[in-house]
Amino acid sequence: MSPTPTAAPAIELIGIDKKFGAVHANKNINLTVAKGSIHGIIGENGAGKSTLMSILYGFYHADAGSIRINGETTVIDDSQAAITAGIGMVHQHFMLVENFSVLENVILGVEGGALLGGGVSEARSALKRLEADYGLEVDPDAIIEELPVGLQQRVEILKALYRGAEILILDEPTGVLTPAEADHLFKILGVLRDQGKTIVLITHKLREIMAITDTVSVMRRGEMVATRRTTETTVEELAELMVGRRVLLHVEKGPAAPSDIVLSVRNLTVKDGRGVTMVDNVSFDVRAGEVVGIAGVAGNGQSELLEAITGIRKPTSGEILFHGKPVTGFDSARLRALGLGHIPEDRHHMGLVLGFEESENSVLGYHRDARYGRGPLLDLDACREDAKTKIEKYDIRPPNCRLKTANFSGGNQQKIVVAREIERDPALLVVGQPTRGVDIGAIEFIHRRLIAMRDAGKAVLLVSVELDEIRSLSDRILVMFAGHVVGEKTPDTGEQTLGLMMAGIAA
Amino acid sequence: MENLDLISILGSTIRLSIPLIFTALAGLFTERAGVFDIGLEGKMLFSAFAAAVAAFMTGSPWLGLLAGITVSVLISLVHGFASITNRGNQIVSGVAINFLASGLTAVLGQAWFSQGGRTPPLAASARFTEIVFPYADQLRDTGFLGRFYANVISGHNILTYLAFIAVPASWWVLYRTRFGLRLRAVGENPGAVDTAGISVTFLRYRATVCAGILCGFAGTYLAIAQSAGFVKDMSAGKGYIALAALIFAKWRPVPVMLACLLFGFLDAFANFMQGKSVPGIGEVPVQIFQALPYVLTCVLLAGFIGVARPPKAGGVPYVKER
Repeated sequence: MSPTPTAAPAIELIGIDKKFGAVHANKNINLTVAKGSIHGIIGENGAGKSTLMSILYGFYHADAGSIRINGETTVIDDSQAAITAGIGMVHQHFMLVENFSVLENVILGVEGGALLGGGVSEARSALKRLEADYGLEVDPDAIIEELPVGLQQRVEILKALYRGAEILILDEPTGVLTPAEADHLFKILGVLRDQGKTIVLITHKLREIMAITDTVSVMRRGEMVATRRTTETTVEELAELMVGRRVLLHVEKGPAAPSDIVLSVRNLTVKDGRGVTMVDNVSFDVRAGEVVGIAGVAGNGQSELLEAITGIRKPTSGEILFHGKPVTGFDSARLRALGLGHIPEDRHHMGLVLGFEESENSVLGYHRDARYGRGPLLDLDACREDAKTKIEKYDIRPPNCRLKTANFSGGNQQKIVVAREIERDPALLVVGQPTRGVDIGAIEFIHRRLIAMRDAGKAVLLVSVELDEIRSLSDRILVMFAGHVVGEKTPDTGEQTLGLMMAGIAA
Repeated sequence: MENLDLISILGSTIRLSIPLIFTALAGLFTERAGVFDIGLEGKMLFSAFAAAVAAFMTGSPWLGLLAGITVSVLISLVHGFASITNRGNQIVSGVAINFLASGLTAVLGQAWFSQGGRTPPLAASARFTEIVFPYADQLRDTGFLGRFYANVISGHNILTYLAFIAVPASWWVLYRTRFGLRLRAVGENPGAVDTAGISVTFLRYRATVCAGILCGFAGTYLAIAQSAGFVKDMSAGKGYIALAALIFAKWRPVPVMLACLLFGFLDAFANFMQGKSVPGIGEVPVQIFQALPYVLTCVLLAGFIGVARPPKAGGVPYVKER
C-alpha cells in the first residue's frame, strides 16, 4: 500500500448533497480515497453510506456536489458512466440473474457484439486470467442459484473486474458470509489492493474495519463526521463516533437462574415449501430464566425451526411441548393464548403491516383481546391509549400512534414489534433476528429488554445470524448447520470455534 | 369410430395451431422480460380487425398484415406505457385491453360497414391463400406419405410457414443474441440489468414491441388467412389458451410450439368428432370434445408438468430500491 503522495486520489467526492423528500440522506459530504488503499465507511443504518455509494455508482443523482476520479472531474449520471470510469460495485443484495450461468452473468451488459458467440469465449478466457491473477476460482458454467453465497459474491467481484474496474465498492459484503468465508473475502481484497485496485468497504461491523482497512470514515445521520487511519483509532472511538455518545458493546448481565423447562422440542423434522427437509431430527429444551441462542449461517433451517415452534409451519414429525404439554401442530393463535410471544425474523413480511397506523400494529395479533374491543368491534380509543403507553415505555419515535408504520425508521419499527410481544408478558419469547437492519442505539435497547425478560424468569429462544449478538445475549448456544444442531457451547466459546461449527467443519 | 381420417385431422391441427403459436411466442417475449401479458387476446382481436379492414380497403393482404402489426404494436405500447412507465398493474392493464378490443372492434365494424360488427367478405386476392407445393396434386393419392405431403405439409398459406420459422427464430434471438440475454435477465432480476448500465425500461418496451409484432401476425392470420373477414370476438379465447401453452411449455420456444400443436390437435379432433359416434358409447355430445383442450389444460397445469417456474420478476414493475 502506502500510496505515493503525488499520485491523484482514486476518488474525490466534493460537497455531495442528497435529499429524499424530507430526509436529508447526505449533507455536504467530502471524501478522499487514495489509490491502492482499502477505505472503510462505517455508520449506523440510515447514516447515508449506501446512498453515497449509490451516487458514486450512478444509481442516484446528487442534488449538489461533484466527483473526481483519478483527479479528473467526472459526471456519473448512470451506472454505465460509472463502469466507464472504472468503478465496480458489489451490492448488498447480489445483482445476479439466478438461473443464468456464471459466464452469462459476467458478460451481461458487456457482451461484445449483438451476437453472443465471440463474447462468450472471450469472457471464458478472461475469467481464467482473473482466476489466476487474484485467486478467484469459480466454475464459469455453474448456475448461480446452485452456488453458495460466498461464491455468488465472488461472481459479483469477477463481474466488476471483467468490466475493468479499478475501484471496487462493496456494500455490507459479509452480512451473508460465515466468519471463514469473510476471512477469505478479506484475503482476496488484500490481493486486489496489492495489485493496485482501490477498495471502498461499507459496513457497520467494527471488526471488519479493524481487520482489513487502511483508512476509515465514519458517517452519522447523513454527515461525514471523521476520517482516521485505521492504525490510529480504536473500536471504542469508532463506535462513539458512529452513535455520537459512548455505547456499551457488550450487554451487562448477571448469571442466569434457569428453572423449569418451558419449551421442549423432541426429534423435530420440518420440510419447507419445496419439500426439502430443512430441520432434521432436532431436540432441545429452553428453561425459564435463560436465553438459548441458535447460531448459524442463514438458510440452515433456523427459519423453519422458528416457524414450526410458533405454529406457522406444521412439522413433518417430532413433538413440541410447552410446559410439558404437547402443542405440536397448534396454530399461532392457540400458542399465543397459551403464552408464546413471537418477534419474527422479518418485521416487514410477518411482524407488521406497513400500511397500518402504529396503533393498529401495536395490537395486531392480540386484537381479539377483551381490552381492545367487544365482539366484532374494536375499541379504537383503548388501542390508541395502549399504543401511547408502549411508545413512551419503548421510546418509539416519532411518538405518534396515528402515523403510518412505513414512516418509522427500521429501529423504531422493530421496537413496535418488540413492545407488542414483550408487553403481553409471555412465558416463552421466540425471537428471530431481533436487530436486523436496526441502528446501534435501538440494538442496545432491544438487547437490554431481552435480558430483562430473562431476569424476570421468562424463557427466551433467540435465533440470529449475528454471532456477536448470540454470544453476548445467550446463556447457552446451539449451532445449526444443514438442519442439524451440531453442538451446544457456552457463550464464552471463541468466535473461530463457533464459525467452524457454523460452516459444518467442526462439531 | 368410422374412418378416423388422421391426415385431415393433422391438416386442420396445423391450421388451428398457427394463431396459438404466434400468440404464445408473443407472450414468451414479454413474460421472459418480466411483463405479464393477459392482453394477448385483445391484441390479436385488434389486429384481426385492422387487417380485415385494411385488406378490404386496399385489396392487398400484405397491407392488411402491415395494418394488423401496426395496430397490435400500438396496443402493446399502451400496455407498456401503463405497466412499465407508470408501473401500473400489468394484469389490470391487460384485462382492460381485452375488454376494449372486444367492444371497440364490434362498434367500429358496425359503424363503418353496418354488417353487425363484421367486416365485408374479402375476395381471394385480398387474402393469404393456400400455397400448393410442387407435385402435391400428383402425390395426393400415393399412400400415406404422399397424402401427408399434400395435405399436411403443402396447402397452407404463407403465414403458416412463417409461424414455423418464427419458432427457431425466437429461440435464436432469446438464446444466441445480446438482446435475448438481456431480455431474459430483465425478467429474472432487473436490478442486475440496471446495475450493468442497461435501461430496464427501454429493454422491456422492446420486448413488448416484439410481442406486438407476433400478435399482429396471429390476428392477421385469423381474419384474412383462415377466414375471409373479421367477425366479432373471433379470437374466441385463443389468447388465453396461448398463455396456458406458454406456462405448460415453461416459457421455452420449442416446447411452446409443441404445446400449441397439442392444443390445436385437440381442437381439430373435437371438430372431427362432431356428429360422429364412438364405438361402444354411441354419439358423444360435441361439447365434450370442445371442452377437452380446457380440461387438459387444467389437468396438465395442476400437476403433470412439474413446477413451472415463471420468470422471477414477472408482474413486478421495476423501482430502484431506496
